Amino acid sequence: MTTVLNVSGVNKRFGGLQALDNVNLKVEEGQTLAIIGPNGAGKSTLLNVCIGRITPDTGSVEFHGEILTGKHPYEINQAGVARVFQTPEIFTELNLLENVMIPALSKRDGTYHFNIIARMKEEKQIQAEALHFLEDFGLEEQRFSDAGSLSRGDKRRLELAMCLVQHPKLLLLDEPTAGMSRLDTNSTIELLKKIKERGMTKIIIEHDMQVVFSLADKIVVLAQGAIIAEGTPDEVKNNPKVQEAYLGDEHA
Amino acid sequence: MDTVSRKGELRLMLIFSAAVLLMPVWLSPFGAAYPDLLQKFAIFGIFAVGFNILFGLTGYLSFGHAVFLGVGSYAAVWSFKLFTMNVIPAVIFGVIFSGIFAALIGFVSLRRSGIYFSILTLAFAQMSYNLAYSVLTPITNGETGLQLRLHDLRMIDALFIEAGEGLPLTNLFGIKMSGYPGFYFCAVLLIIGFYLALRVKNSPFGLALKAIKSNQTRMGYTGFNSRPYMLSAFMISGMYAGLAGALLAVTDPLAGAERMQWTASGEVVLMTILGGAGTLIGPLLGAGLIKYFENIFSSYDDSLLHQAFSYLPDAMNDVVVGMISPFVGDGWHLTLGALFMVIIIFLPGGIVGGITHLWQRLVKKNQEPTEMEGKQQ
Amino acid sequence: MDAIFLQILNGLDKGGAYALIALGLTLVFGTLGVVNFAHGAVFMLGAFCAVTTQHLLTFSKKVKDEGITFFDAYKEVPYLEIWWGETGSFIIDYKVPFSILLAVPVMLLIGLAMERGLIRFFYNRPHADQILVTFGLAIVIQEIVKSIYGANPIPVPAPEIVSGSANIGILLGLGDSVVYPWWRLIYLANALVVIAAVFSFLKFTTYGMVVRAGMQDRETVGLLGINIQHRFTVVFGLASIVVGIAGAMYTPILSPDYHMGMDFLVLSFVVVVVGGMGSLEGAVLAGFMLGVLQSFAAMNEVKAVFPGIDQIIVYLVAVIILLTRPRGLMGRKGVMED
Repeated sequence: MTTVLNVSGVNKRFGGLQALDNVNLKVEEGQTLAIIGPNGAGKSTLLNVCIGRITPDTGSVEFHGEILTGKHPYEINQAGVARVFQTPEIFTELNLLENVMIPALSKRDGTYHFNIIARMKEEKQIQAEALHFLEDFGLEEQRFSDAGSLSRGDKRRLELAMCLVQHPKLLLLDEPTAGMSRLDTNSTIELLKKIKERGMTKIIIEHDMQVVFSLADKIVVLAQGAIIAEGTPDEVKNNPKVQEAYLGDEHA
Repeated sequence: MDTVSRKGELRLMLIFSAAVLLMPVWLSPFGAAYPDLLQKFAIFGIFAVGFNILFGLTGYLSFGHAVFLGVGSYAAVWSFKLFTMNVIPAVIFGVIFSGIFAALIGFVSLRRSGIYFSILTLAFAQMSYNLAYSVLTPITNGETGLQLRLHDLRMIDALFIEAGEGLPLTNLFGIKMSGYPGFYFCAVLLIIGFYLALRVKNSPFGLALKAIKSNQTRMGYTGFNSRPYMLSAFMISGMYAGLAGALLAVTDPLAGAERMQWTASGEVVLMTILGGAGTLIGPLLGAGLIKYFENIFSSYDDSLLHQAFSYLPDAMNDVVVGMISPFVGDGWHLTLGALFMVIIIFLPGGIVGGITHLWQRLVKKNQEPTEMEGKQQ
Repeated sequence: MDAIFLQILNGLDKGGAYALIALGLTLVFGTLGVVNFAHGAVFMLGAFCAVTTQHLLTFSKKVKDEGITFFDAYKEVPYLEIWWGETGSFIIDYKVPFSILLAVPVMLLIGLAMERGLIRFFYNRPHADQILVTFGLAIVIQEIVKSIYGANPIPVPAPEIVSGSANIGILLGLGDSVVYPWWRLIYLANALVVIAAVFSFLKFTTYGMVVRAGMQDRETVGLLGINIQHRFTVVFGLASIVVGIAGAMYTPILSPDYHMGMDFLVLSFVVVVVGGMGSLEGAVLAGFMLGVLQSFAAMNEVKAVFPGIDQIIVYLVAVIILLTRPRGLMGRKGVMED
């Protein structure tokens, strides 16, 4: 098994706040890693460090042996990292097919390609690929409607389709079910399980324990910037430290 | 998808070309079929089509596009003065120089977006305008404007043609570029420009521009670098403006700094918005309408108005003329400003947007009864 | 040394006008979130309040000129002088200060009418739409003024007593070579007073505090049960008054014509952006700073080194500031960054 992401000895301070405290983390290929922790534990900071948006004070982050720190989002994406946001970031004014064709194009053409010769109508291969992914996510019926008109759950589906059409090496999910109804949450979980079966490497940040325990292979628990526990879902569930720091809060 | 297939493209271009080339025929009932005005339609059509590539596709509102119009004009007039009265080099120089200017201004301005981008382009436009009036007088001839002179160098012409009496005329290998030939020259370039704009809009490049307009964050995490895309779009639209500027010089070989004033930039914004930003035909329609009405409205004065309403009783006549006269003649700008407001308040999608909207509603209305009938059965 | 001192004064003076215009622009922008391109036109309307006052006060009647005895000569004598004699002439002489009495209510009305009649429909529209509709409004206002008052600048002199220059060199012990027009000093003082008044209104009255809170977070203030909308309308009126006074008082310095607003608008937008969108302090600071920079750039010694620098200095500074400090000198985070 190869290591996809290797975070070693990362410290990050914001003024007086120790946001990350000597964090070590390894994500193996095909693994689904969940990062959980109470509010303000440093989950988002860690995620941003992982994709190079925040430069750590000390320590290093390697993605397939490559250092991502300080790179632009498009470079990170081209390196093979796709990202899902808390609120779905999609091209609301464009139709679903175009939404999925755009990432497919960037996968094929790179960060910039001055292509005014081709017609989108004749990009048959890109179109077929986009359509395939829309079908996979049950969105092919709506392929000609504007993405802005979708329901919250469908927007998330579309965003996932846009990420997966690029066949990323690592998928980052930042609270993928935040603000969703139970129904939408369940369908999203099903979707993520399906993606997991394909062997996609993922990092999930999530509040919803149902999501975490039904998806994760490995869970990392953060509290005040430090990892207080890690292991399989069962190990973490039974760890008294975790119950005290995090689960304890909820059961109280 | 609103993109057009190859066949549809061909059909559209055929209709479009016919419409443009036959303008002298079908515009004559409107009293607009004379060369000067037709040239303006074509030239400002090019300007607006180019502006729309930036504003319509990416949503970046440039308030300094008239600079490129001015640069194109200056470059063309210098080409007439230094090299030849043939218009081909003039047009090429106009496009190249405005492209260079657009690259420089775009490179800096595109580091910001939204209103900051608008202000940056405005700042550059004002700088260029002020400089053209002051220190750059050797190049721009300041307030007088750059004009042709009898003793200009005309290096290439001097090799082939004996200098005649009086100022030479702009020409295309001997065909004089005034009147109808001038219009057809502009019209052909408009058709080419329109075709390119169509291709840009329907290409992967155009789709990327639309994506930038829609969501910059997702655009970045999709693996596209927006900046070179924006810069290309900015340069393309700057070069269209330069082409339009050069053509202004082709049909009337002088160039003045007032062409670069920010109100001139505002005018092209208005043309684009009036017709419908983001649509292909809208900006052209806007440019045509504005130039048409400018021409009509500004030619009226009080005495003409009194004549026009002479069928009314004298007292009524005075009242009506008094009400209309602020809007015509010198007051054309008042009409323009009011039109601007009305369009933005009531028709944010412009004329084309409004028609599309109306059409969709009509279609829906027609569909509903049929569905009802289906249910009854 | 003297020259530099004078240039600073010149700059502060010009900066005073910029600061006042930018202050109004920022007030509107910070509270209502509207980019108002018609603000320059409102400045121009303020100046034309002074012109109108002049017209009204010097409303004249033809009377026989008694000084000429050879034939019947007529001259125009303002009614005010006929009725009140010396007092009348005095009032006419002080038309510019008096015009403020006209400008304040008129500008308030214009401001309220603009906000209620047009601007409020654009709160939730894109900034591009706001720019465009107010740009259209600016053209309309300017053309209306042109059709009433004509295209030529109309001189509106300052009161006789302050039409000369102040020998401030002696006052400040710099020697008697430093003289400066009285009216420009008055304008500077006026600008400072108005700025101080606006700031104390916002800082020390509860009304102003609510407005400031609204600038920070509109929704929360609305949730507190305060009709923030109503206050913002008042703020729009206030901004119009501020810029109207700026315009009226500026008339002796620059004879107003119909497009003076546009010239100032572009500059004051640059001022606002340099100061930082939504920052009142920034607008004032940047106004004075750019005014001073501009007058220094106009010095012959500077122009000799950088030809044409006086024409572009303001824009150049704006470009540099925008590129190095994206939010301007004192801009708040999150303003206009969507």
